[in-house]
Amino acid sequence: MEQHHQTISPEVTFHHAPSDDTVKRIWKTTWVLSGITLVELALGFGIAKSWYGDSSGLILAVKGVICILSLAKAFYIVSIFMHLGDEIRNMIMTIVVPLLLFVWFITAFIWDGNSYKNLRNKYDPYFKETTMPVKHKEEKKEVPAENKSGKE
Amino acid sequence: MATTATTHQTKWWSGGKSPFNLEYGKLMMWYFLMSDAFTFGAFLISYGSIRFSQNYWPDANHVFNAFPGAGHADLPLAFVSIMTFILIISSVTMVLAVHAGHHMDRKGVMKYLLWTIIGGLAFLGCQAWEWTHLLTGEHAALVDGTIKLLPQTPSINPWGQFADHAAVAEALQHTPKETLISLVHEHHHDLTHSQLAAMSQTDLIGQLDVASMHVRNQGPPAFGSYFFGITGFHGFHVFSGVVINIIMLIMTYKGVFDHRGHYLMIEKAGLYWHFVDLVWVFVFLCFYLI
Repeated sequence: MEQHHQTISPEVTFHHAPSDDTVKRIWKTTWVLSGITLVELALGFGIAKSWYGDSSGLILAVKGVICILSLAKAFYIVSIFMHLGDEIRNMIMTIVVPLLLFVWFITAFIWDGNSYKNLRNKYDPYFKETTMPVKHKEEKKEVPAENKSGKE
Repeated sequence: MATTATTHQTKWWSGGKSPFNLEYGKLMMWYFLMSDAFTFGAFLISYGSIRFSQNYWPDANHVFNAFPGAGHADLPLAFVSIMTFILIISSVTMVLAVHAGHHMDRKGVMKYLLWTIIGGLAFLGCQAWEWTHLLTGEHAALVDGTIKLLPQTPSINPWGQFADHAAVAEALQHTPKETLISLVHEHHHDLTHSQLAAMSQTDLIGQLDVASMHVRNQGPPAFGSYFFGITGFHGFHVFSGVVINIIMLIMTYKGVFDHRGHYLMIEKAGLYWHFVDLVWVFVFLCFYLI
């Protein structure tokens, strides 16, 4: 508004005019973030209480949804709270484009971890035998001979 | 987006002005935060890599299910959701402090900074309680043929798969009396410690029902290493953020920013504080939710 002619630096020529909209936008973002968090908690609570049964595919899908919701939260925090959305496009790109490295970073290392698991299960029977999840408590009784001392 | 129309008409690269229209310190804060995002990202991705390399990983809902004052009640996600909301709210008060700074409203800046500091301290208090609870816990686990009461530490994980009942029954025979007393006490609160101490080893074992004890094997130690390492690193960021905010509060109180004619320092401190909240979104996701 009027008092917003601050002399930060002679080279910084343009000032965003903070208006009453800003406060409205802050509170709107607060509700959005809280809402998303509540949905995440509800979905996570569902995993804890086995609402989705034993179908690992469904649980994985729910976890995927939670990941996407977290990314939405990150977008709101960075864009609104940190005001990155109000900056000049070129500046936004110098922050966002390097972050694309994460696409490779996450894919490569998760893939690598998974590959290591598969290789060990294939070539290290002791690892497989001692760490492979036992399906159910009922089934456990059928295999009491399976002890953890690793005798083979 | 309303500002884009204005900015397109300006020739940002013709010299004499900052092409990004940002003061140096604020721009460098952004680049610092970007590099910090890669540091946290590397930690979390390393955690993901290790987790994907295991056949079994402990269920976070079994590990983080305690709530202050609720005893042994099973309350997954309850306490951590409070921590999450504390950080969200402190982020809101921070952005309100920045907004008050835009209006050169010294009292408003101080009020909202104070609330942000309180939120940060509350979060750190919660984390201290959570860590203490994990590090001092006692969970029955089958270790080398005996039953041990193990805490969750950076190197010990008592949350492996359920142990075989026959192996547990065998292990009880080799378990020290002190441990047996604690185990029986957990299931029979009516018996006092001295009553239990008077019982023989066999009588104590007789009090225990192996099927209902839920004894586990040890889980992957990396679980604790990553949990304490990454939440600790995040907690350190929260702590330094609180310190920065306290310094900002003192500088505001002394009128430093009024004298300068702008509250840009509050914006930079705000960026850091929001980043701490941003990182928590992913720490919360990786350790508690999925």
